[in-house]
Amino acid sequence: MTLRYSRTTMFAAAALALACGPAMANPAEDELVVNEEMTITTKAPAAAHLDGHLSEIYSGWLFREDETRKMQRDDFDNPNFVFVEQGLETWDTAEGTENKSCADCHGDITESMKGLRATLPKVNAAGNLWSMEDFVNDCRTNRMGAEAWKWNSQEMKNMTLAISLQSRGMPVAVEIDGPAAEFWERGKEMYYTRFGQLEMSCANCHEDNFGNYIRADHLSQGQVNGFPVYRLKDAGVVSIHQRFVGCVRDTRAETFGAGSQEFRELELYVASRGLGLDIEGAGVRP
Amino acid sequence: MTRYVVMAAAVATLTAGAAFAEVAPTDVTWAEDGAIAESLTGTAGDPASGAKIMTTNALGNCVACHEISAMPDVPFQGNIGPALDGAADRWTEAQLRGLVVDAKHTFEGTFMPGMYKTGPFIRPGDAYTGKAAPADLPPILTAQQVEDVVAYLLTLKE
Ligand code: HEC
Ligand code: HEC
Repeated sequence: MTLRYSRTTMFAAAALALACGPAMANPAEDELVVNEEMTITTKAPAAAHLDGHLSEIYSGWLFREDETRKMQRDDFDNPNFVFVEQGLETWDTAEGTENKSCADCHGDITESMKGLRATLPKVNAAGNLWSMEDFVNDCRTNRMGAEAWKWNSQEMKNMTLAISLQSRGMPVAVEIDGPAAEFWERGKEMYYTRFGQLEMSCANCHEDNFGNYIRADHLSQGQVNGFPVYRLKDAGVVSIHQRFVGCVRDTRAETFGAGSQEFRELELYVASRGLGLDIEGAGVRP
Repeated sequence: MTRYVVMAAAVATLTAGAAFAEVAPTDVTWAEDGAIAESLTGTAGDPASGAKIMTTNALGNCVACHEISAMPDVPFQGNIGPALDGAADRWTEAQLRGLVVDAKHTFEGTFMPGMYKTGPFIRPGDAYTGKAAPADLPPILTAQQVEDVVAYLLTLKE
């Protein structure tokens, strides 16, 4: 005799609970058009590597309430843009012993940084897996003679926002084979590892239960295509690794650090679960 | 420090007259089907306290995942697990105790966390601090809190 509940019983129970619970369950039927001119893909068939795990992928945007979704439709309503402005200013500001600005080497951000965000994290020339923050700090320390920014510092977030925005509307394009394969495999293993005293994996929440509610939280697929995001609750910009820290901590686990090798590998794997979605550059979350 | 707490609890139990050694998380006797026949404390559970534990974030937080119609005042009940309405019609006291202590003995691989379990865990933390767990990581609920939750669950009849 097995006491294990069948999926259908569980789904029936979930449907029942919903009937008297919060109104919205599944991803919203909605389209993201920014500034009335740029259509962003927020829903797509899942990449082949997700066979048997997910059939369709959704941006976190589709799991948010109407008012929050609205803020991302127009740059005037999107609280990220104050910080984007600051990032753009820093782009043109000379700093460090070399007295150079980002623009001195990279020119116009709208051209040189177009598409970059969609490919990150990626393996650098030395064979290391790097996130955008690593590339930024490499320029600061090795080419400008300036101090590295802390991973979650406001300066770093301003800059990653300004750079990410240049890929808005472009499809996620991370490489997962070749030199990236070993990092991707380790990230995948992490995604399915049940961490902490609560013994929860990323997949428990974001693959098995997206669309369901964990208390007041409407679970999304935990995609990173919208990052960096502005989080209304924190009144600030949140980086990808900062979100990971929060999610791992919530399993009553000893978390990994922002910028750690583990989180760069996890970032690559999670980004690859979004292959098919577009980069949003500057998401807004409750 | 934890040792003092345990000792104090033991003394309290003794003075209450019940010469009962609390069952430690690692000493629980499991039946084949994931049930635990014996009370963990020998002291009857208090359903009112159980209801509080089940709705408190830092304790059981059962409503994060389960809906309970008998608690209409508790907002935002989750829908990850089945609704607990009628749980006492479906399960015996021993089975409910097993489910609360560690539901993985009843449902293999379940998402439901073990509430009276001290390991082994992968990277256990010190509650929700994100820091490493102390060597003597306490279970999420105490033995008496488990009994209180079971007592509340036994009131859920349809
Ligand atoms: C206990 C449940 C739980 C676990 C386990 C969990 N998360 Fe989350 N996660 C949430 C909640 C709740 C949110 C906020 C609502 C949402 O977007 O799903 C969230 C949000 C996110 C977001 C932001 C999505 C967006 O569009 O804003 C990302 C990315 C994410 N999680 C990744 C992860 C990764 C990677 C792991 C594993 C290391 C993980 N999560 C584990 C509950 C969880
Ligand atoms: C993170 C999610 C989660 C939390 C927290 C949680 N549960 Fe569960 N619970 C589940 C799931 C999922 C199942 C279904 C078992 C399965 O198929 O894996 C379940 C099953 C049960 C069942 C048996 C189902 C039935 O017939 O009613 C009981 C009883 C139960 N849980 C009680 C509790 C109590 C009491 C607490 C808190 C002390 C709690 N749960 C906390 C997820 C959770």
